Amino acid sequence: MKRDSFLEQIGWLGAALGLALLLTVLVALPAGAPPFETIYVLFKGGLSSISKIGRVFSVWVPLTLCAVGLLLPFTARLWNIGVEGQVIMGAIFCTAALRPYDEGGMMQIAIAIGAGMLGGALWALLAGLLRVFGRVHEIFSGLGLNFVALGVTLWLIFGPWKRAGVASMSGTQPIDISLWLPKIGKLSVSWIGLALTITAIIAVYFLLHRTKWGLKLRAVGENPKAATLFALGPRRRLLQAFMICGACAGLAGATQVLGVYHRLLPAISSNYGYTALLVGMMASYRLGLVPFICLFFAILNVGSIQLPLQMGLDSSLSGVIQGVMVLSVFIIQGVRMWVREREEVD
Amino acid sequence: MSKLRMLLAVALMALVLTPGLAAAKDFTIGLILVGPYNDRGYSQAQYDGAKYVEANMPGAKLIYLDKVNPADRPGLTIPQVVDDLIEKGSDLIIAGSDDMKDGILEAASMHPDTTFIHASGDSVWTGKAPANLGNIFSRMEYAKMMAGYAAAMTTKTGKIAVLGPLVNEETRRLVVSGYLGAHYAWTQVRGKDAKDLQFSVKWIGFWFNIPGVTADPTQVANSLFDSGHDVLISGIDTPEAVTVAKQKREQGIEVYAMPYDYEKACEGQGDVCIGVPYFNWGPPFLRIAKQVQAGTYKPIFEWEAPYWANINDPDKSSVGFMPGPGMSAETKASLDKFISQLGSGEVNLFTGPLNYQDGTVFLKAGEKATDKQIWYMNQLLEGMEGLSGAK
Repeated sequence: MKRDSFLEQIGWLGAALGLALLLTVLVALPAGAPPFETIYVLFKGGLSSISKIGRVFSVWVPLTLCAVGLLLPFTARLWNIGVEGQVIMGAIFCTAALRPYDEGGMMQIAIAIGAGMLGGALWALLAGLLRVFGRVHEIFSGLGLNFVALGVTLWLIFGPWKRAGVASMSGTQPIDISLWLPKIGKLSVSWIGLALTITAIIAVYFLLHRTKWGLKLRAVGENPKAATLFALGPRRRLLQAFMICGACAGLAGATQVLGVYHRLLPAISSNYGYTALLVGMMASYRLGLVPFICLFFAILNVGSIQLPLQMGLDSSLSGVIQGVMVLSVFIIQGVRMWVREREEVD
Repeated sequence: MSKLRMLLAVALMALVLTPGLAAAKDFTIGLILVGPYNDRGYSQAQYDGAKYVEANMPGAKLIYLDKVNPADRPGLTIPQVVDDLIEKGSDLIIAGSDDMKDGILEAASMHPDTTFIHASGDSVWTGKAPANLGNIFSRMEYAKMMAGYAAAMTTKTGKIAVLGPLVNEETRRLVVSGYLGAHYAWTQVRGKDAKDLQFSVKWIGFWFNIPGVTADPTQVANSLFDSGHDVLISGIDTPEAVTVAKQKREQGIEVYAMPYDYEKACEGQGDVCIGVPYFNWGPPFLRIAKQVQAGTYKPIFEWEAPYWANINDPDKSSVGFMPGPGMSAETKASLDKFISQLGSGEVNLFTGPLNYQDGTVFLKAGEKATDKQIWYMNQLLEGMEGLSGAK
């Protein structure tokens, strides 16, 4: 199977960005927004101060964790769309681990992080088992499990974990400040989150490219039948890939609880799981591109609030622009497939 | 390596060259809204209030961010919004919603030189607030009593319902106020038996609809009408109750609704709309902004009563009740009398004997509730149907 060179990929990415700009102009003009200023404000809003860059990285951490985790099942040609639910389950397990403690320190934080990873891994294992033994396609089981995870969150927030005298979807009682991930100075991002994310990137790189396990996983992905014949243990490997991805997603969920919201709430995943799937597709699942595309999404996310603040634009426009950017990547990917098919026909 | 160095250089240059954002200014208000600024409900009332300050205070300028909640803006926290607002030169930060309670405490302690107001909060009362954070809220209880009163004067079936948001102290005391107003009109004015009045509340789980998370207010409103309630009082930030009532009217069913929060919520809604209890944030925001500018503001817990001489005075009353086209002339006349009785203190509905929903005593016979008893209403009252908390 032919893969495009790195340069070619960059070229396609550039084309996607160009199309995104064009579409943004088309969208922005009728909305009365000067398109180039809009884009400028969006990006400046994510980069113009140290505190904003800190915020960008607080988005980058969970997003990148999910996106690099997704590379493992994808190497085995599996679409772990359940990553969203695995983030949520990680957040639930993390919150559960903290419930016995009114306050604490690094020990409790470590326990909570471990619990989050366990939660994500177990939830992913469920999707994996359904796939391997139940023959349920992982896209369907994943989507289903996402809804179940959200349902469990809602039930916990409105039921067993409700705040005293309150019945509100706004979330559980906040955790004590001693249980928050320590921040870098006054920045939103925590060095623990950053360190864990960089560790995850390196670990995934080694797993995929420097171990036999990764090689065999790739073999399983390329040809499951042959993998069985050559005793590569495809089932076990698929489940392991799912679980490691789930652990990364669960870690992302734990950082959301410990570092961002300091409580469990219905929107705890911030849709980072789904966004990470988009990142993976945009990167064609190349590890080298993933952290940068995550950074791009994080900048857009943080910059988007500058549109209403600075330009008085209706804030939904930033959502539209983000959507347009993602859409243009897929349009370009479609074009690219078409070009490739024509080349092959010729 | 040289690439990295170049990247660093570019990043540093970008930082250095970014012009200072805080230009010369007179007085900037940074407002944080939980919903859309144009929701014809809670958030729009606050937005209009801040616009009022802009119009009435020379040099005042408003910057705001709306839809500040985790569902609409994933990953954004209150301290981050506050950082931005202060970077843009805010001298006064106003956080509008109960949902921002914890975040605004954190933000206020990070920016001790800026004055913060949390509307609907009580952290000054509870002693959790840092020295630069004050609380302001209007005594919406009175307007809710008027709403309950008008509802009981209007209902034909004797079944009144409330479309409730989430359950907490604030929403319990507002629903209880509505019930007390309705109970008073039903028994004292219409002379009917309290047993024939049904007053039920259904909670959706948040201040507005979040698809897949809260109960859908449109469906809840429909089911309340379908179960025989003919007047629906809204307690949520958005206007679904009136919309559903209008649809029921088009099907030939005689129902009424009362929106909430926003003075003009009845406009254009036709005669399903009995009236609206609303916030008028302009006067209190203006007063606080002027005090902060003059350096005389002392962060306190303020709970403002209506301006009784004219509760709909746009420059004086921070809370009002605007009758809508659905209110009959007789109801209007009797409501006016009720309002003047409330204002003079002749009628105090928070007077015992009143029991909580579980039968325990809230107020003994003749006992009048203190402010704290009302603010921290910890159950619904006996005679009301609906949940006092989570199941």
